[in-house]
Amino acid sequence: MSQTESAPALAEGVDVPTPSVRSTALLARSLRLWRTRIGAFLTLILVVIALAGPLLAPHASDDFIAKPFSSAAASGTVFGTDYLGYDVLSRFLYGGRSILLTALVATVIGVVLGVVIGLVAAYARNALDDILMRLMDVIMAFPQIMLALVAVSLVGAKNSVIILAIALTTAPRVARVARGAAQPVVERDFIGATEAMGVSRVRILFGELLPNILGPMMVEATLRLTYSIAVIAALAFLGLAANPDAANWGIMIQKNQVALASEPWGALLPILAIALLTMGTGLIGDGIARTAAGIDRERGDE
Amino acid sequence: MTTDQLPAGETETTGGGAAVTVRDLRISTTSGVEVVHDISFEIAPGEVLGVVGESGSGKTTVGLSLLGHARRGLKIAGGTILLGDRDIRAMSDADLRRLRGSLVSYVPQDPASSLNPALRIGIQLREVLEAHGSTDDKENAARIAEMMREVALPDDPAYLKRYPHQLSGGQQQRVGLAMAFANRPRLIVLDEPTTGLDVTTQSTVLTTVRELAQIHDVAALYVTHDLAVVAAVATRVAVMYAGRIVELGPADKLFESSGHPYTRRLVGAIPRLTGGRSLVGIPGHAPSPGKRPAGCAFGPRCRLHVPECDEKVPDMVPLGPDHSSRCIRAHEVVDFKQDDYGDPVALPEPQAEKPVLTIENVVGYYGSTEVLHSINLTLEQGEILAVVGESGSGKTTTARAISGLHHSWTGSIRLGEMELAKSARARSTDIRRQIQYIFQNPYGSLNPRKTIGESVGQPLSVFKVASGKKADAMVGEMLEQVSLSAAYARRYPDQCSGGERQRVAIARALIAKPSILICDEITSALDVSVQAAIVELLGELQRELGLSMVFVTHNLPLVRSIAQKVAVLADGSIVEYGETAKILANPQQEYTRHLISDTPSLEVATGEVASGAGVADGERPE
Repeated sequence: MSQTESAPALAEGVDVPTPSVRSTALLARSLRLWRTRIGAFLTLILVVIALAGPLLAPHASDDFIAKPFSSAAASGTVFGTDYLGYDVLSRFLYGGRSILLTALVATVIGVVLGVVIGLVAAYARNALDDILMRLMDVIMAFPQIMLALVAVSLVGAKNSVIILAIALTTAPRVARVARGAAQPVVERDFIGATEAMGVSRVRILFGELLPNILGPMMVEATLRLTYSIAVIAALAFLGLAANPDAANWGIMIQKNQVALASEPWGALLPILAIALLTMGTGLIGDGIARTAAGIDRERGDE
Repeated sequence: MTTDQLPAGETETTGGGAAVTVRDLRISTTSGVEVVHDISFEIAPGEVLGVVGESGSGKTTVGLSLLGHARRGLKIAGGTILLGDRDIRAMSDADLRRLRGSLVSYVPQDPASSLNPALRIGIQLREVLEAHGSTDDKENAARIAEMMREVALPDDPAYLKRYPHQLSGGQQQRVGLAMAFANRPRLIVLDEPTTGLDVTTQSTVLTTVRELAQIHDVAALYVTHDLAVVAAVATRVAVMYAGRIVELGPADKLFESSGHPYTRRLVGAIPRLTGGRSLVGIPGHAPSPGKRPAGCAFGPRCRLHVPECDEKVPDMVPLGPDHSSRCIRAHEVVDFKQDDYGDPVALPEPQAEKPVLTIENVVGYYGSTEVLHSINLTLEQGEILAVVGESGSGKTTTARAISGLHHSWTGSIRLGEMELAKSARARSTDIRRQIQYIFQNPYGSLNPRKTIGESVGQPLSVFKVASGKKADAMVGEMLEQVSLSAAYARRYPDQCSGGERQRVAIARALIAKPSILICDEITSALDVSVQAAIVELLGELQRELGLSMVFVTHNLPLVRSIAQKVAVLADGSIVEYGETAKILANPQQEYTRHLISDTPSLEVATGEVASGAGVADGERPE
């Protein structure tokens, strides 16, 4: 009788194309969407401004150029001077780096912490799950900005405090999403297969579970970055930055807002920058989410 | 070659006044790839036409087209669908909506998701009537009571006040049937309505369908992948392969003297209660839409393949009244004796000196509920023990307890002389290596983010058997051994078919050279031809490697083809335990007898035997 023959040719996708699951592919595919491209473009420009800005600045961040709130023409600068008589353009070019770096570091810590907590909770499926998640709920009951304010006013406006406060308030939100994404994966048989093999718990969490929730976690990370930027800028606006005299977009908005009617650039430039940066990261996250969910697939493929 | 071929598109009539006439139906994707080609058939009032095919053959697509519906991404590209004398394709959306549920109705696969969980069933039944204009409350109440009686459910108000979750799967599906028949449609499309139901429930649902169609003169299209189910319910059968009907004819003709090699092979792949023949799979797999050859799509897998097969798609060749086949050698095929089935199974004699696995007084719990009551089983070296039962009988829990995945049990499980700890984690590496478990669903048991090579190689590193180049070589060898090629190691699970994935899972289980293999319903998610190939493979491996196996299944005929011993489980207790041939031929327990007689099988349907019981061994002399 017939023997099962050797391997058939590569099986082609059947009726409907199954969305590919690998995360690098997900990023690449999401870039086919216009919203992701616009988002990436905006983010890239602002990241370049924030990082390379100090190299391009015509003046030092603390050079007195002219009288406070001089017009561009009067001071011989592009955007005029600010409330202390510094060059607005130079202050703007210097002022992004700290916000961006603080936000990035805080978000990375927060996301890593949140993912770990979420994965442990999802895999535990017992009292530990409940304890962890209720703890997260408690933290989430307070608005992020309020907890940050409390921390800063108690300990002082150090960079480390700000980063820690934002990271700790980001973690519970990430943990929720991570747990939600991991829960259905935990129930799948390949987890049981590794358990039967006796693979260590740490390996199951990070070798088996984590790769399967990378997609939603990427979305969550960009979203959290957006929020972190906003919160850090807001703290600076409220005067709670590590160095209140340093060039900083948040501080610039606050100090220069008095002249918004006559010499708007001092406040307007950082406002635009923060708005475009958060929009950019938001659009990227949205694009990845839509690609992962398979919305817009037809349009995106065109 | 035959000269009396029908012109394309012409089908045999079943005696005037067909309820449904489909001609030259073509369905394509919105981007223009044709998925279903030249479908033509008719269904007479009161007749059940079974549409059989494996996954991807287009059977559900054809079923839905009768409601004027195409799934997202698909469109009806050509042909006519006449309901009586009304052309469904010419209708407006509003007309179609009125048509659905009244003239044409649909019973979906999953009853649990087709009923609204938030509404009482009485209300849902009334909605169906009201949606099509019958608003008289008294009359509706009487109609609902009548419908309930027809599907053998209680018609009292208390029962109608129940919510769907308060009904069993079979009851839910019967409510679905009642809804479908409520407005006395002329055509009803059933899409695998018994998949996922226990055999007992399945057999009552099938009887209900057949009777209702007959009593009310309703034409029914029954879509399924299960030939045995079709044999039980349908009067005529259309076999679909790669988007085409390859054979169309009366059910009994199709199974006894089929005129298409594919049908022959499908019938050969079905496990049978009688005789215990080994199953024969069909090598290769069906071409996907857009990749289908210019000639006969089955050609590359066909043993009767001749060069002319590749010239053009064969026309339907008439073979008798109502019977035609899309094969240029159909007349030769029909004349073959039924020797396409496998040889009688020759299961190796187990070595009965020392059991490799002993299960003693095992009582299993879910929370505080006792789900297994004192299970006693032994497994000899080289033996395959089948554990059979309906869902909820505790068969999977038993298997999981053995492998250390279910922790909550008392009693004793011994591997040779060694007492086993309850959880896999508490067992030694060597014990974990010796007992390997294969899961039911190959779509869930492989990590989608890992390549096949990584998944298959994982036991090697976990059990510290090999690493690096040596491990890669072992993975390649193992993949060859399960009839895949070493090149599969670089693929991801989503690039493999269901059958291929299950082979990968088998490779992963075998690579660390276990002594006991536990297979949990490993073929239930697969097509019959693939199931046959997997069972064939397991049999070979078992003989080659001298493995002992626990084979958990709900499929009794399958047991006949693979296991020396069988344990029948009901409600967490073993009701019957012994040699397979003896138990299937002469079941002692009422429960086993029911299980056998309710199992849809070709023999029962074609009258080969009156019922599953009392079948003698080796009835096919060599």
